[in-house]
Amino acid sequence: MEVYFDNSATTRCYESVKDIVVKTMMEDYGNPSAMHRKGVEAENYVKKSAGIIAGILKVQEKEILFTSGGTESNNLALIGAAMANRRSGNHIVTTVVEHAAVSQPAAFLQEQGFEVSYVPVDIQGRIKLDALKSVLRPDTILVSVMYVNNEVGAVMPVEEIGKLVHELSPKALFHVDAIQAFGKYRIHPRKAGIDLLSVSGHKIHGPKGVGFLYISEKAKVQPLILGGGQQNGMRSGTDNVPGIAGLGAAAEEIYRDLEKNNEHLYSLKEYIAKGLERIPDIRINGMPLREGAPQILSISVMGVRSEVLLHALEDREIYVSAGSACSSHKRKPSATLSAMGMSGDQIESTVRLSFSESNTMEEADCFLRAMEELVPMLRRYSRR
Amino acid sequence: MLFHAFLIKYAEIAIKGKNRYLFEDALVKQMRLALESVEGDFQVIKEQGRVYVLCPENYDFDEAVEALQRVFGIVGISPVMIFPDQGLEQTKKDVLEYMQARYPDFSGTFKVYTRRAKKSYPVPSMEVSAELGGVILDHFPGASVDVHTPELTLSVEIREKIYVYSETLPGPGGMPVGTNGKAMLLLSGGIDSPVAGYMIAKRGVKIDAVYFHAPPYTSERAKQKVVDLAKLVARYSGPIRLHVVNFTDIQLYIYDQCPHEELTIIMRRYMMRIAEHFAKESGCLGLITGESIGQVASQTLQSLAATNEVCTIPVYRPLIGFDKQEIVEISRKINTFETSIQPFEDCCTIFVAKHPVTKPNLNVIHRSETKLDEKIDQLMKEAIETTEIIEIK
Repeated sequence: MEVYFDNSATTRCYESVKDIVVKTMMEDYGNPSAMHRKGVEAENYVKKSAGIIAGILKVQEKEILFTSGGTESNNLALIGAAMANRRSGNHIVTTVVEHAAVSQPAAFLQEQGFEVSYVPVDIQGRIKLDALKSVLRPDTILVSVMYVNNEVGAVMPVEEIGKLVHELSPKALFHVDAIQAFGKYRIHPRKAGIDLLSVSGHKIHGPKGVGFLYISEKAKVQPLILGGGQQNGMRSGTDNVPGIAGLGAAAEEIYRDLEKNNEHLYSLKEYIAKGLERIPDIRINGMPLREGAPQILSISVMGVRSEVLLHALEDREIYVSAGSACSSHKRKPSATLSAMGMSGDQIESTVRLSFSESNTMEEADCFLRAMEELVPMLRRYSRR
Repeated sequence: MLFHAFLIKYAEIAIKGKNRYLFEDALVKQMRLALESVEGDFQVIKEQGRVYVLCPENYDFDEAVEALQRVFGIVGISPVMIFPDQGLEQTKKDVLEYMQARYPDFSGTFKVYTRRAKKSYPVPSMEVSAELGGVILDHFPGASVDVHTPELTLSVEIREKIYVYSETLPGPGGMPVGTNGKAMLLLSGGIDSPVAGYMIAKRGVKIDAVYFHAPPYTSERAKQKVVDLAKLVARYSGPIRLHVVNFTDIQLYIYDQCPHEELTIIMRRYMMRIAEHFAKESGCLGLITGESIGQVASQTLQSLAATNEVCTIPVYRPLIGFDKQEIVEISRKINTFETSIQPFEDCCTIFVAKHPVTKPNLNVIHRSETKLDEKIDQLMKEAIETTEIIEIK
């Protein structure tokens, strides 16, 4: 039985997504910028997707900008917002646990002369609000905080953060990287004080290479990709119609049974966490199970290197991801896990399971059985 | 100006006496193989002690040269223009045209060197040289003749057609692969072993390879990396038969039975045994490793002696006296460096002790290995039987 527990890396496409992608590649393949009927047909797919997404977020269609995915959305949010608002101030705030698609643009901005403050997190991976308060300033122009941490599934209190940001830094734009949160939470940017919100298509059973950035109509952002002036000049380049159509279909489907799906994800997560109690010395990381994100379970199997466990599971067609990419040549412990105060040993032993609504209890059992067999064997052979 | 042909210069082959034709044939074969990757119909011909590549009407010059620069045995590659023989007056025009196209602003010293391979040509070679030199002097005011140390030598060969060339691009040297038998390379994912393979192939030796895979401790990517490295080496050495041995069970058994600080040495002894098995099976006359004295604990003289002891065929260690930096330079030159430094664990490092023995005592190692008596033969047999073979082209 193939067990795919790596849905935070990427997901399998919905059937409905595949159908619409094929249709827009093979039949309605026009260029939305073209003046003839073929163009109009294609444009309708783009409009429809924007409409679906705007409906889910309760925002306006024109506030949805399609991109090539989460990384581009985050780059545009940080660099585009910082560049457009540099006259208002020079200070940017983010956290120590952001994805590289946020932390690298932040580092780039720092090189360009912006001042960047990094807010710490607690042992569960949640942002320390007191620390945030202490760094917010009148000249802060941008605050970027992820909604759900991709490594441990910690959920940030975005509404509270939004309030603090607008209260203490009235000029600041609030950016939320919602790549692991969209499709799991009902997110309403206006209510939460979010000005910019990044989403990726392939994490929600949509296609790879597409995503969007919500840009509040009040927010000033400078485009990064110049050219033919598509999407009101905010992002040039022929619209990725199959991707955008697929993204819309995925968003529609994932929000259709959201509560039911989440309940299923939480029960899988709880079932596996409970089952792992049968094996000694396995730690569950992050927030209490029901408070963290429904799809992510981070565990540390003490005494077994994550890479080895990953490959041993892979051998049984069970796919998970290693909490940190490390190897004998280049040890790069995960910034998130170290920021949570984890020891090196624990970081090396951390793997992430991430579920989708199509995972089953049988798959969970299959995983648990494999763990019960493999872990004692792998623990016997370790570096002495 | 697109050259019509390449004249290939080779050095060591020329001194091989009666075996000369064997070496030339191997060279021609390797050149044909290398040129297969370049678009266009290239003909490699042997003619009166010279090897030529006749080029198609249209081809990518740089690509063709790069392909030839990977063929061991070639020391120089001269791009040649070929003109029909329509008498000396026409040849003078052709040579002038060549000079004007190639060196429009030439000034400096030169000489013309004529070789009259077609003995029926009516004008002696010295005279041809003088005539052609005169034309050049007439048209290039800054040019003067120096027959001893010219800055430019214009070579003219008179055959059925007239061959003109003036430059020689360097080849890799060495000897054509296939002229010196075959050897088995122990290929890891590191920097050294691909370089070792390259160096032995350069001496005309055909290469096969063996890689020790240890799932789940080493990943599928680590294996892919070795396949990629083998492909890069094969650009020089020609096709490689890669043996991928699943070494996990042997490794774990040694780990269970033997003192931990001896693990690496004992493991390497079993690697050599398995490599030798495949070497003998496929007619290899030696093993090749990337070892260099003192680089790591398993490469001290004592450790090398301990691993060497189990081998009954010679072990060639072309990097034995090289510093790491020198090895890195070659790996950059042959384009394996970037692949080698991809961070995947290899089976030598996964269980390595914090303080492995650096001066293993053979008696102690022998005693430790007796603890493996019960199952090791069976495990070796299984490892050999389950070995995956990948043909690298």
